[in-house]
Amino acid sequence: MTAITTPIAQPPGAWNLPYRGKVGMACLIIAESAIFTIFVVAYLFYVGKSLTGPTPRDVLETPLFYTICLLSSSLTIHFASRFLERDKRGAFLGLWFLTIVLGGLFLFGTAQEWHRLIYEHGLTISTNLFGTTYYSLVGLHGFHVTAGLVMLSIVLLFGLAGRVGPEHSARVEVLSLYWHFVDVVWVVVFTVVYVVAR
Amino acid sequence: MSSDVMAIQTAEVAGRPWVETLHEWVTTVDHKRLGILYILYALVFLVIGGLEATIIRIQLMRPHNDFVSPQVFNRMFTMHGTTMIFFVAMPIMFGFANYLVPLMIGARDMAFPRLNAFSFWLTALGGFLLYFSFVGGSGLYGAGNAPDVGWWAYAPLTSRAFSPGHSADYWTIALLVSGFGSIGTSINIIATILCMRCPGMKLSRMPLLAWLNLVMSAMVLIAITPLSAAQLMLLVDRYLGGHFFDTQAGGSAAIWMHFFWIFGHPEVYILIIPCFAFVSEIIPVFSRKPIFGYPVMVGATVCIAFVSLSVWAHHMYTIGMNSYANSFFTITTMAVGVPTGIKIFNWLGTMWGGKIQFKTPMMFCIGFLFQFLIAGLTGIMMSAAPLDWQLGGSYFVVAHFHYVIVGGILFALFAAFYYWFPKMTGRMLNESLGKLHFWLFLIGFHLTFDVMHIPGILGMPRRIYTYEPGRGWDTWNLIITAGAFIQGIATLLFVANLVFSYFKGPRAGNDPWDAWTLEWSVSSPPRSYNFASIPTVASRRPLWDRKHPEDPDSRYE
Repeated sequence: MTAITTPIAQPPGAWNLPYRGKVGMACLIIAESAIFTIFVVAYLFYVGKSLTGPTPRDVLETPLFYTICLLSSSLTIHFASRFLERDKRGAFLGLWFLTIVLGGLFLFGTAQEWHRLIYEHGLTISTNLFGTTYYSLVGLHGFHVTAGLVMLSIVLLFGLAGRVGPEHSARVEVLSLYWHFVDVVWVVVFTVVYVVAR
Repeated sequence: MSSDVMAIQTAEVAGRPWVETLHEWVTTVDHKRLGILYILYALVFLVIGGLEATIIRIQLMRPHNDFVSPQVFNRMFTMHGTTMIFFVAMPIMFGFANYLVPLMIGARDMAFPRLNAFSFWLTALGGFLLYFSFVGGSGLYGAGNAPDVGWWAYAPLTSRAFSPGHSADYWTIALLVSGFGSIGTSINIIATILCMRCPGMKLSRMPLLAWLNLVMSAMVLIAITPLSAAQLMLLVDRYLGGHFFDTQAGGSAAIWMHFFWIFGHPEVYILIIPCFAFVSEIIPVFSRKPIFGYPVMVGATVCIAFVSLSVWAHHMYTIGMNSYANSFFTITTMAVGVPTGIKIFNWLGTMWGGKIQFKTPMMFCIGFLFQFLIAGLTGIMMSAAPLDWQLGGSYFVVAHFHYVIVGGILFALFAAFYYWFPKMTGRMLNESLGKLHFWLFLIGFHLTFDVMHIPGILGMPRRIYTYEPGRGWDTWNLIITAGAFIQGIATLLFVANLVFSYFKGPRAGNDPWDAWTLEWSVSSPPRSYNFASIPTVASRRPLWDRKHPEDPDSRYE
């Protein structure tokens, strides 16, 4: 087996490339952003085109509390991974758990809203264009929150078993990158659904 | 690598039970094996898609032919298009990228080997689902089996009313699943290229193949995902009673067209950019000159990627857009021709003054250059909205995009096969069979697709099942079908060459072409770990540096 041994200008020790986990997650986020973009475009395109009611103005209520929950979970996960880096496992686990609780609260809020829309206002995914686009867009985001919660819970279980240490902080950082993305998407969805398109 | 070591290796493999070998291939996470699996999988579908094309051509050979029923004809062109794009072209590009990128950048595997295997099996499942529709498509309704909605699947053809049964669902889910596979592989290719390069392999020294695959993967991330999103919406429509594309509830059929072509046009570039990559590696080696204008080649590729994201609606002039949209998409479409022209000039510049060796890979590359140019010229013709109103939906369009896909993409792929087959198998492909394959295919190709422009101009619409005699289309269609058979025979020759040379071809050695990139520094086929020790590189042509220590490239870069 042969290796190439031509002299190089700088010492090989200076060879630093980015962490593949972060690059991979960044790519996934780009891809997901494109998917969400298409759903947002469809939502905006169909605003006011429903042939029958109910309309967003009639039935939507701004979920401020649950939005604050989700957005603050970005802060808790950020500080959680900082604590893990410094090997403060108790603080890490506490904040990590808080993140899951906040995410769970958000999902509960969505469930409550959907229940109200379906049973009080009779709005389902097949009622009109508003129903189709609303449930698809919010549901797609909710699916991403759910997937994130599953992954966060797996880390929590490993953490409770004492298997998560500072050596894993780079990987935990990748997961928190995903969670931040889910939050940013909610900012967009919130703006589109509850602010712009009322 | 001495030959006796390789003989021992072969004996070892031959001595083991086949179940064990099969198990190894199914559970593999090695980028080389997955690359070969991708390629073999695509070759199987190439034959299937080719058979479907043959059925289409036999049906259109003469007027009032009744070789197949109209229903079957619709299924054939739908399955032919879907198969060739999603289950031949895409996987074969990913196969070559998988195999070559780590070897070329001096890495031992991809960044995420298990994601790599997962993506391949997703793609494989997608192809299986598409063809399972022949069995499961009719569902409980007894209504049609394979999808027959065309490969764009325009609304409202895909609605429950017009596609009862499950055929459209199989189409949707097959594309969705294989789309996720494509996204996984693209993430992997990007992470590999950005994070796994060997010491000294700066981005400015990377082989063009790696650069172009980086651009292609980035495009997959932004271009395949809109299709996935649209498929999800279609599933909502079909299964949950949604109204995205349901015009009776205020939905829009045109928005499906937009979503589809936002994917559909960049897709063409996703397929052609890896072919540019092959050509950019092969032409320099057989011209015995380094590539002309390396930085410009990279820049032009990135430029093509950007511009191609804003040209999609040139597929939609005939649906009636406003004049601003028509002008915008005409201008952007013509603009793509500029960076593409730069690339063609650079390949010619590489050949200019070189000691050209007319080996089979080089001949296919030269064929690619001419045909891709002509395909681009008819593309410029149709980018003008007024002319497209005349030609849109006719056989002229079919001739144009087959000129790109067969004359461009397939020719570059054949070149890649002849060039890298020795690395993948350790055996050379037969050169005289290869030349025969080249000439036969060239003749068949031009007979079919040059002539196909003419009935298009004479007004023959695409996707028609049969036609009246005496419209001036009869003879042309007969010639087209004859050309298709010649291409079929040439392809069979190629497959025969692959099989024959795999067993009986002369040994290739490490570096049969006297090439300059890292994959030729290791044994053929490479060991599972690729490099015994990770190489360090100092220029764009590391093997040149090693072969010519007295005059290395690194002195000039």
